[in-house]
Amino acid sequence: MSSDGRRARRLGALMVTPTLIALGVLTVFPGIWVLWLSLQHRLPIFGVSRFAGLDNYAFLARDPRFWSAASTTAVFTLASVALELGLGLAAALALSRQRGGRRVALSLLLLAWAMPTVVTAKLFEWLFHPTAGLVNVLLGGSALNWLGDPRLALPAVILADVWRTMPFVALLCYARLLTIPAELYEAARVDGAGPLAMLGRITLPLLGRILLLALLFRTLDALRAFDVMFVLTGGGPAGATETLTVYAYRSLFQMLQLGFGSAIGVVVFVLVMAVAWAYLRLGRSTWMAA
Amino acid sequence: MLDGVTVLALAAYAVPFFWQLLTSFKPEAELLRLPPLLPSRVTLDHYRVVLEQSLIPQALVNSLGIGALTTALALGLGLPAAYALARVAVPGAGALLLAIVASTAFPQIATVSPLYLILRSLDLRDTWTGLVLVHTSFALPLTIWLLTGFIREIPIEAEEAAAVDGAGLLGVLRWVVVPMLAPGLASTALLTFLFSWNEFLFAYTFTASEASRTVPVALALFPGVYEVPWGDIAAASMLASLPPVLIVVGLQRYLVRGLLAGSLRE
Repeated sequence: MSSDGRRARRLGALMVTPTLIALGVLTVFPGIWVLWLSLQHRLPIFGVSRFAGLDNYAFLARDPRFWSAASTTAVFTLASVALELGLGLAAALALSRQRGGRRVALSLLLLAWAMPTVVTAKLFEWLFHPTAGLVNVLLGGSALNWLGDPRLALPAVILADVWRTMPFVALLCYARLLTIPAELYEAARVDGAGPLAMLGRITLPLLGRILLLALLFRTLDALRAFDVMFVLTGGGPAGATETLTVYAYRSLFQMLQLGFGSAIGVVVFVLVMAVAWAYLRLGRSTWMAA
Repeated sequence: MLDGVTVLALAAYAVPFFWQLLTSFKPEAELLRLPPLLPSRVTLDHYRVVLEQSLIPQALVNSLGIGALTTALALGLGLPAAYALARVAVPGAGALLLAIVASTAFPQIATVSPLYLILRSLDLRDTWTGLVLVHTSFALPLTIWLLTGFIREIPIEAEEAAAVDGAGLLGVLRWVVVPMLAPGLASTALLTFLFSWNEFLFAYTFTASEASRTVPVALALFPGVYEVPWGDIAAASMLASLPPVLIVVGLQRYLVRGLLAGSLRE
């Protein structure tokens, strides 16, 4: 029996090993190497590669473009996550009250979530077109230059992102709502509770966990968002939509400063890990429980 | 009965889709003139240009191939690993699973520069192989996370019975687990394929020509001579959305199951 146990353990280890090697090479190693890269001056086209210590980080601390990108990232993350959670919850509540048309509504929402972000970005670029865009037509023929005006570009990018990702939140909440027994509401109604009281006392508390999870997923994704602003505005106009990810990408592959760009990537990395850690600390680890 | 909010919400999603579809069939001369909203006639010109003169057809082939191979590789590596983590006594399985799941939170922008150097040194830039490998970096953890949960939902008695009958671990996996896991495998494969199909940052960085450019990259780089070819872009967008549309319409059950599995599991 014990030799069987040993055999099973050995077989188990064997089954996990290929994955560990693959993830080691493709994820862990790059995750460590990027730290090392960020400590170097590395300009591949000039053959420059030397240790620079914390120079890149010291430069970032004084770099106005970095702080602008950081604040753009913060605004983008806060605004889009708040809107996604609020609208997603509202959509889920509306959907759960619906009798007919649920399937059509779900399909539309899922489609927006499942399309490539690049397609969404192109779609919104066209909707925001100054003269031929549907948005301006619907606004009664206004001539707003959504993507060209530094004050409007970030809201426009946020709108596109909310459109694309709100369905994820809506679907999570909707699925949770379906599991709440109708008797709970019946009992509350018998006790004389109004719709608002039921929302506040029954629905929202039961959705708490799933909302927290959606908050985590959406915050992580918003911090890492790249495609939507890179394709829609390229970070412009005048850097108004340049987030940390876009700044990192430009540094890496357009200015070809591999070390400096990696340092910005590390900052995003640390932000993401800090959010994930804070979530785990909240003690509601759905990850761990699974 | 539909209430106002729902109608508004539906319109907010239906109208942009419909508008892009309409644009893809609108004659060039009418694109920049608004109103009228509806075209005077329907034209296939934009689809013709996209299919005959652009890189989109080759990009569709690349995306299909890279998506399929990524899915196959992630499932091939991930299924045995997920089974071991769910059922076999692997030392430190809990911590291992947590680490694997945590790696899905790694931002691509942080790993893109080391991966670039790795692919360059292996001469794998602008190849299917290179892109399949980097896509596996996010597809594999996702696969393991989903499959581990799906395997745990299978009643363990069937496996125990097969083991008593003398089936080895691989026999149990092949004849008991995989058949019972089929819907879960389908959900996992769909999501993995979809993420590979949609992925942009790695594909944009590691491709350089039609040899490996995927659809999102080809769409982002869609060339215009004098003006932005909105009609052609709309037509290309429609083609790029085809697999997601088919999945959402035809395989919605599996998609939703996969989407919820990673989140709702207690």
